[in-house]
Amino acid sequence: MAEPQNVVVMKAISKSFPGVVALENVDFELKKGEIHALVGENGAGKSTLIKVLTGVERPDSGRINFNGDEVIIRSPQFAQEIGISTVYQEINLCQNLTVAENILIGREPMKWGMIDWKRMNENAGQILKGLDIDIDVTQTLGSCSVAIQQMAAIARALEITSAKVLILDEPTSSLTVHETAQLFRVMRKLKSEGMAIIFITHFLDQVNEIADRITILRNGKLVGTYNTAALPRLELITKMIGRSLTEFDEMTKLKSESGQHITGSAFLQAKGLGRIGSIEPFDMELHAGEVVGMAGLLGSGRTEIAELLFGIEKPDSGSISIDGKTVKDISPLGSINRGIALSPEDRKDEGILGELTVRENIILAMQAGLGWFKYLSLQKQYEIANKYIALLNISTPSADQPVKNLSGGNQQKVILARWLATNPRLLILDEPTRGIDVGAKAEIQKLVLSLAEEGKSCVFISSELEEVLRTSHRIVVLRDQKKITEYAGDVGARKIMQSIAGSEKA
Amino acid sequence: MNQKSFLGRIRDSRLFWPLVAWVFILLFDAVINPSFFKIGILQDPVYGSHLYGNIIDIFNNGAPLILVAIGMTMVIATGGVDLSVGAVIAISAAMGAVLINPALGNALISNQILTKDATNTPLAIIILADLAAGTLCGLWNGFLVSRGKIQPMVATLILMVAGRGIAQLITNGQIMTIYYSPYFWFGNGYILGLPVSIYIVVLVLVLGWVLVRKTSIGLFIESVGINAKSAYYSGINEKNVKLLAYAYCGFCAAIAGLILSSYVHSADGNNNGLYYELDAILAVVMGGTLMTGGRFSMLASAIGAVVIWTFTVTIYSLGVPANALLAAKAVLVLVVILLYSDYSRRLINRLFERRGSKHDTAS
Repeated sequence: MAEPQNVVVMKAISKSFPGVVALENVDFELKKGEIHALVGENGAGKSTLIKVLTGVERPDSGRINFNGDEVIIRSPQFAQEIGISTVYQEINLCQNLTVAENILIGREPMKWGMIDWKRMNENAGQILKGLDIDIDVTQTLGSCSVAIQQMAAIARALEITSAKVLILDEPTSSLTVHETAQLFRVMRKLKSEGMAIIFITHFLDQVNEIADRITILRNGKLVGTYNTAALPRLELITKMIGRSLTEFDEMTKLKSESGQHITGSAFLQAKGLGRIGSIEPFDMELHAGEVVGMAGLLGSGRTEIAELLFGIEKPDSGSISIDGKTVKDISPLGSINRGIALSPEDRKDEGILGELTVRENIILAMQAGLGWFKYLSLQKQYEIANKYIALLNISTPSADQPVKNLSGGNQQKVILARWLATNPRLLILDEPTRGIDVGAKAEIQKLVLSLAEEGKSCVFISSELEEVLRTSHRIVVLRDQKKITEYAGDVGARKIMQSIAGSEKA
Repeated sequence: MNQKSFLGRIRDSRLFWPLVAWVFILLFDAVINPSFFKIGILQDPVYGSHLYGNIIDIFNNGAPLILVAIGMTMVIATGGVDLSVGAVIAISAAMGAVLINPALGNALISNQILTKDATNTPLAIIILADLAAGTLCGLWNGFLVSRGKIQPMVATLILMVAGRGIAQLITNGQIMTIYYSPYFWFGNGYILGLPVSIYIVVLVLVLGWVLVRKTSIGLFIESVGINAKSAYYSGINEKNVKLLAYAYCGFCAAIAGLILSSYVHSADGNNNGLYYELDAILAVVMGGTLMTGGRFSMLASAIGAVVIWTFTVTIYSLGVPANALLAAKAVLVLVVILLYSDYSRRLINRLFERRGSKHDTAS
């Protein structure tokens, strides 16, 4: 065979869950020494395909060949033993252990029946150096940046076995541009050493930049596998979402239209609002019908502002006034009653309640506002849930499905529905599009603009500057837990990047 | 899909597993000792004619445990645990005994006065004081957990240890005998031939169900148990939800103490409700509520408690001496834990599914 050898061949894989067909006759091939991007909308079946390959789920039918031999991957351990290593979207490491412990846990070097700490730290340092990372491995993982944590997870995955296949599930979703570049360097290095890498992402730029081949899934079916060079961006997106991109154009129009509804006087005013250790005192005004974007790097204070406005954290200084009246009880419940909603940054930890049904998740905040004894009747609950399932296009077999069975993007929509149901005047969205696909992203951006047109006020926080620019009428720039400046109207990405970066080079 | 759903729905119901366990034990009884199920009618000089038999006894004597299990369900659903329920039973019992005592337990009084069958305190006050004492204990636990941010196991351990001391302080360190026949009605009386305690259990279950399912409290408790942080971000006051759960648990334990002291005609700070917390936790686990919190069913826990009590009565009726009971119970715990483990769940589910999906694997 002239072609490079296929490390993994998956043939006619099918898998269904209660009420959902996750994969239907999907074929997948992975060559030695290639970076293979796996793309698709939410619920397209990417995660399920990976789970089948890593032994987390057993396929209902289909065959898997690994290195030419047919294998049945019966458990994640088995997958690791034969050389398939995975770094999952949510980093599965222990935040309170050191970097070295995390990398070598379970395989600590021993001396006299006890752990040889010195050698362990040396080994871990060396492994990371192999990835061109030089840090103190004795610090706790939690104190490292997300990027370093990601690298530690990769180092661990590589260390477990002589891995032949490395799977990276959304590794870049919380990384900065610089950190992403660092990750890509590591990936290229591994590739040159003959590693086959499966790269799952929603960032299509990154796919173009690093992937050799692309496999596209849609609704649990294979669309096709293409060479990156032979697939123009537009065609890729069309194949992924199966519909045209006119929606994006519509949005630009929407934005300019909705901008005209902004009223003169501010409906919410924050004066000198601050909290030691999270955000320095800042002033802010929000108007009805306006979308205010927040730009800044991770940890610049974006989330902290959102949490102060909503009342998750109590401010040390300053005040919030709504319609000219100073707010006394700053708490989530108080905020709900005042018509403020927050869709939090961490969907899994702060947002969804996995075991509860879609219906219960949607009515939760509304019910919290109503209190203990004004319980919504079941009929009313279904009415509300079904209304938002239709409105936001949430794909679920029924309102009684536990939310944990839904894909990430649909979970995000459920949280949006939860807050829209409270009929808020101000909707704060912290990273509402993280880890979700192009189609759903566009839907959410469009929703934000149409809400503004209805006269609602929105705060839009995102790591993707492009997205902030596209949706916001006004942009607040943050750096190092401080509000730096504000831009109104059309500003270029370049100018904002410079503000974000400050004196340093971007 | 639909023809499977009927069987599936039964299997998925929270009541399924504890009911299976109960039927299993009853079948065992039927084989070993067919007279186990005999129910007769007894003419009682005090309470009139009523039913008697092992099954009646199970519900009558098991009532305190069922009540405690119902309360414990709420606490465990929030992701907590209440180790103090046994001690709260003792406090509630002591409270009743002292108030009934004409001298309020302050002086040793002659047998003549004691056996007079009289008290200076109205019955309503005695009952209210019992319930208030238990609810207060629950509030204390809830306060430590929700406001003090102490881990539930540690927080309730305080009252578990101190509670028996408090009970003895109330009764001046005596095992206090109760001589007041109206009070005995709760543990010994009958309505329409069935023990009063059964009616109390049903009442508490219905009240609990209304409280939890006809208001949003049940949803909030489950939310807090599944993910307290998400619940807080959604505007739920998790502190008050926890406080309520612990207070309700204390309230249920107080009723259990009332019935128990009424049944044995005495209050003993050291032994009333001993190890009830452990049986109650086992009952809740049998009812399918996870120790980590979340979805819960009070009825399933109640059935779990019935299973434990049936098991106990079965062991006694086999002639196993009382001191071997704990060893036998250990076996029950082991079986329950094995049955409820992920592994055996998966095994059983696979057995069920294999039958349905044979044609699928053929392709």
